[in-house]
Amino acid sequence: MSLRKILATMRRVLRQLSHDHRSMAMIILIPVILLTLLKYVFNDKPQMFNGVAPLLLGIFPLFMMFLVTSITTLRERRSGTLDRLMTYPMAKLDLVFGYALAFSIVGFVQALVTTGLTLGLLDVVIMGGTLPILITAVLAAFLGTSLGLFVSAFARNEFQAVQLVMPILMPQVLLCGLFVARDQMARPLELLSDVFPLTYSVDAMRQAAMNPTWTGDLTRNMLIVLGCGIAALILGSITIRRQET
Amino acid sequence: MFGAILWTMSETAVKIQNVSVTLGKHFEALRNVNVELPVGKVVGFIGPSGAGKTTLMRSIVGRQKLHQGKITIFGNPAGTSKLRDQISYMTQEPSVYTDLTVRENLVYFATVFGVPKHEVAKAVDDILQTVDLTPQSSQLVEDVSGGQKQRVSLAIALIGRPKLMVLDEPTVGLDPVLRDQLWNLFRKLAQQGTTLIISSHVMDEAERCEDLLLIRDGKILAHASPKDICKQTATSSVEQAFLKLVGKQ
Repeated sequence: MSLRKILATMRRVLRQLSHDHRSMAMIILIPVILLTLLKYVFNDKPQMFNGVAPLLLGIFPLFMMFLVTSITTLRERRSGTLDRLMTYPMAKLDLVFGYALAFSIVGFVQALVTTGLTLGLLDVVIMGGTLPILITAVLAAFLGTSLGLFVSAFARNEFQAVQLVMPILMPQVLLCGLFVARDQMARPLELLSDVFPLTYSVDAMRQAAMNPTWTGDLTRNMLIVLGCGIAALILGSITIRRQET
Repeated sequence: MFGAILWTMSETAVKIQNVSVTLGKHFEALRNVNVELPVGKVVGFIGPSGAGKTTLMRSIVGRQKLHQGKITIFGNPAGTSKLRDQISYMTQEPSVYTDLTVRENLVYFATVFGVPKHEVAKAVDDILQTVDLTPQSSQLVEDVSGGQKQRVSLAIALIGRPKLMVLDEPTVGLDPVLRDQLWNLFRKLAQQGTTLIISSHVMDEAERCEDLLLIRDGKILAHASPKDICKQTATSSVEQAFLKLVGKQ
């Protein structure tokens, strides 16, 4: 592995994104618009909005980075550039870490804007302060990137890649405790939600929103999200083949 | 001096022994190929599309798994990490990042190839000049013409002065003037000791190579210089020679 090559890949991916102004604008603005919309949905129930908004901050980065990464890496796989890179003196992990770093940075910028808006303009109160919220958002972005990278191996075209969001991410959203608290769901569903990584990103957000102090549970949830991200990243690098049969 | 010439002539860049590759379940893309390619020559892989040229190239650069046989490059098995900074591969479709500028593409690939940091800018400038893309350097690749895209892809293959360059149809679709320029470049590189493997399905390109492989149905029909191939088949052009060889089968 080489730090220089990881950073070069990170810069390259960020440049690709930065040339695409429309995508950049969508990544940053869509969560902001959706949260504002939700604020008015809960117009007479600010208490409820206050409960839901932080959880969404743990879901949005994961969703968006999953989409962006799965398409970007699918393009890399199909355009011949991956073919080329695999004949280069480059470790597969250089490529994969470069991607993860780039999209985590984008996730961080997205989190800064979204959190700023939620706390500043939408009057959401978070007991634990902004730091755990930002860290969790970046971890969620990282997890989304890693999952997207891994899943892109199973899509033959962009159409399939986009559709994979539904079977892979939607069940995680339905069961993560956003709609019904996890311990109130049927036992099998609760167990299922235990193995979904998104659950821990949402739990971490809840911890940060409700506890004025940094709890052990918060740290544990963050580490689980990080661990799942790393695992998916390694699996993703295995799906990249030096040699094709 | 004579001895030195003999020595260079006998040096082998690529040694292919009993190589067979099956694609999918049944398609035999390569059938028991045996070839030795010399160092410092422009070697042409000539044959109709679907003949196995690309599969042979992918096997040489180590991207294709062999189902039988072995390939040695400068004494090392194809695909080993040791070879990765000695060879370059240009795929048939331009494999470039279309959402980056021409220069950004080159800088990235140069960095990944391991060109030292302080040499990257100069190396990229030189290569841009070589492939005549300096005026387009800050344009996005998706905004340049098809032929220019092709040249960006070729430019990437020139990065880091690899000892072996494997170029899949590098001049197809380019205008005659540019094609001529590039062939001069290929010859110059070969004189400096680079081994170039260039595929084409256009027979007039074959005449420009020093060493030729006529390929069809995954098999090597002939391997010699264009002159010798014509002599052996008693024809006056590689195209005629090819047709004659195919007819004989």
